[in-house]
Amino acid sequence: MNAPAYNFAYLDEQTKRMIRRAILKAIAIPGYQVPFASREMPMPYGWGTGGVQVTASILGPDDVLKVIDQGSDDTTNAVSIRKFFAKTAGVRTTTRTGEASIIQTRHRIPETPLTEDQILVFQVPIPEPLRFLEPRETETRRMHALADYGLMHVKLYEDIARHGHIATTYAYPVKVDGRYVMDPSPTPKFDNPKMDDFAALQLFGAGREKRIYAIPPHTNVVSLDFEDHPFEPSRTPKSCALCGADDTYLDEVVTDDKGGRLFVCSDSDYCEERRGAEQAK
Amino acid sequence: MYVAVKGGERAIDNAHRLLEQKRRGDPAVPELTLEQISEQLALACDRVMAEGSLYDRELAALAVKQARGDLVEAIFLVRAYRTTLPRFGASEPIDTGAMEIRRRISAAFKDLPGGQVLGPTFDYTHRLLDTTLGESPSPRLRGEGRERSERGEGDSPHSRAPGDPPSPGAFGADLSAQAGRGESSAMPRVTDILGNDGLIEPCPPGEADAPVGDLTRAPLTFPAARDLRLQNLARGDEGFLLALGYSTQRGYGRTHPFAGEIRLGEVEVEFMAEEVGFAVPLGAITVTECQMINQFHGSSTEPPQFTRGYGLAFGHCERKVMAMALVDRALRADDLGEERKGPAQNEEFVLSHSDNVQATGFVEHLKLPHYVDFQSELVLIRRMRAEIAAAGETQREAAE
Repeated sequence: MNAPAYNFAYLDEQTKRMIRRAILKAIAIPGYQVPFASREMPMPYGWGTGGVQVTASILGPDDVLKVIDQGSDDTTNAVSIRKFFAKTAGVRTTTRTGEASIIQTRHRIPETPLTEDQILVFQVPIPEPLRFLEPRETETRRMHALADYGLMHVKLYEDIARHGHIATTYAYPVKVDGRYVMDPSPTPKFDNPKMDDFAALQLFGAGREKRIYAIPPHTNVVSLDFEDHPFEPSRTPKSCALCGADDTYLDEVVTDDKGGRLFVCSDSDYCEERRGAEQAK
Repeated sequence: MYVAVKGGERAIDNAHRLLEQKRRGDPAVPELTLEQISEQLALACDRVMAEGSLYDRELAALAVKQARGDLVEAIFLVRAYRTTLPRFGASEPIDTGAMEIRRRISAAFKDLPGGQVLGPTFDYTHRLLDTTLGESPSPRLRGEGRERSERGEGDSPHSRAPGDPPSPGAFGADLSAQAGRGESSAMPRVTDILGNDGLIEPCPPGEADAPVGDLTRAPLTFPAARDLRLQNLARGDEGFLLALGYSTQRGYGRTHPFAGEIRLGEVEVEFMAEEVGFAVPLGAITVTECQMINQFHGSSTEPPQFTRGYGLAFGHCERKVMAMALVDRALRADDLGEERKGPAQNEEFVLSHSDNVQATGFVEHLKLPHYVDFQSELVLIRRMRAEIAAAGETQREAAE
């Protein structure tokens, strides 16, 4: 029971190669879910094992890693994953979006636009956009193969008929490169437009469900909608109480038990940079 | 003024320090040793080995200790370690027919070659709390311990290196002296006895050279081959399989089962070493096997005959392998031309949800912050409520 010696970034090289092959295939077929032999990781399934495996496979010693959860570097699970890579790979970590070469994220796309030199890795719980319409994997794979997405459009239509709105506010389905309907992971639909013509490579890892998919840089990504009910990104129509931004995604903070509310940027780094710039003036 | 929540890192470190304290409990109470866990909580270790799919009692005991007795957590610890181990290859198939039997019962025949061997079982015990066990050390067990050490069995069972399989009679194996049989003579499997008369479907012939599927190395696809299905069930959560097996008995995909045979004991594991050209014994492992015999009315191509459900797992875990055998049989509905009526017959449903490490991870991930998504739901629900309120206002005005 000696302390096992782990490889750089925890995964052994064979496993990394297997995952890189899956990533390459995913990049070659944008939006297609590539099955891969997901490993059991030393953190629980559903807590980012897919994203962690993707990051571990593409991480090099010179990379600078940023990990966010709910847009923030300080959320407990982001802290935990950042520590994992600092420990197993010894790479430099940062909270600055601009400084990172790889950003692993859960539930948000940073407000600061990324560049071609960066990679955004998403943690994905349920990669299958059709899962809640058709639970059988055997069926959904067939539907993707035939580009048979009628069921999804019926669902969106029924939402409008029943509620007057498409009642999907996060994990809002997109069509990638005119072919595959894809789950953007549970990012709020506010972030959907950012994915279109995005400069950085977007990689999606679903560990428990054993799937990897990707959007190459500058790929056409369209949120599903109807001509008479166009897609609209939504955010709380308020300004950030800290930096004053009125165009960012906001977290709602309950300040008392009398209905007191405060709204602040969900992207903590973006918010801090704006405040820093304000102070510098 | 609200200040963005900081200090997650320190909170995590402190939480883990507190956990370590809680794990140890009152320092005035002696700390558990791995030997104590392995010997006295043997069935907990067996479950961790079976569902952790790693045959190593010492690591299982360590995991039980580290997990504070939370077996799913212990299984997770073992799995996360197992996944880092290199694979040398697949062993030769174990021969449970040649098992060193500690327990063997059949509910299908009153007597049979080899006899019924009760072995160490809770069956027929009266579930009355035994307060003498609360005394320390238990007066009844003191005598036995002396006897044991006189036979030389108590000698340092932990001298083996981790990873080595235990030898029977050493780490955790107490041979079935109390069952009334010392040496196990020939004990043909009940299903083989039935098979000689052609009354039960033949066991599907295994292809010796066919590659063995491994769902930890390749993603599971459907329909799954039987090797992968059995691997999935053998690793599957005991409680989940128990409930599914139970559901088949209550009519959700009934299979009319008889416990053809349950056997527990040690089997040799051999590995074909290419360099030497023959199978090299690696050691012995304890397994429990259950063969269910199920009714089948026959079809246009098959005469009426009994069918099989199979369960096998590391260690002593009868409940698990019986449930596994019921579910295995239920999942053969399509093969046998039966209508799929119950959840236990739905392959994708069963195999996708049987793994407790996956299940606990995903259920418990709901503890992670979801406030970004929750916020987007709040925006929508507020907007929809405002629209309904506005519509109500318009209607009232129109009525006035």
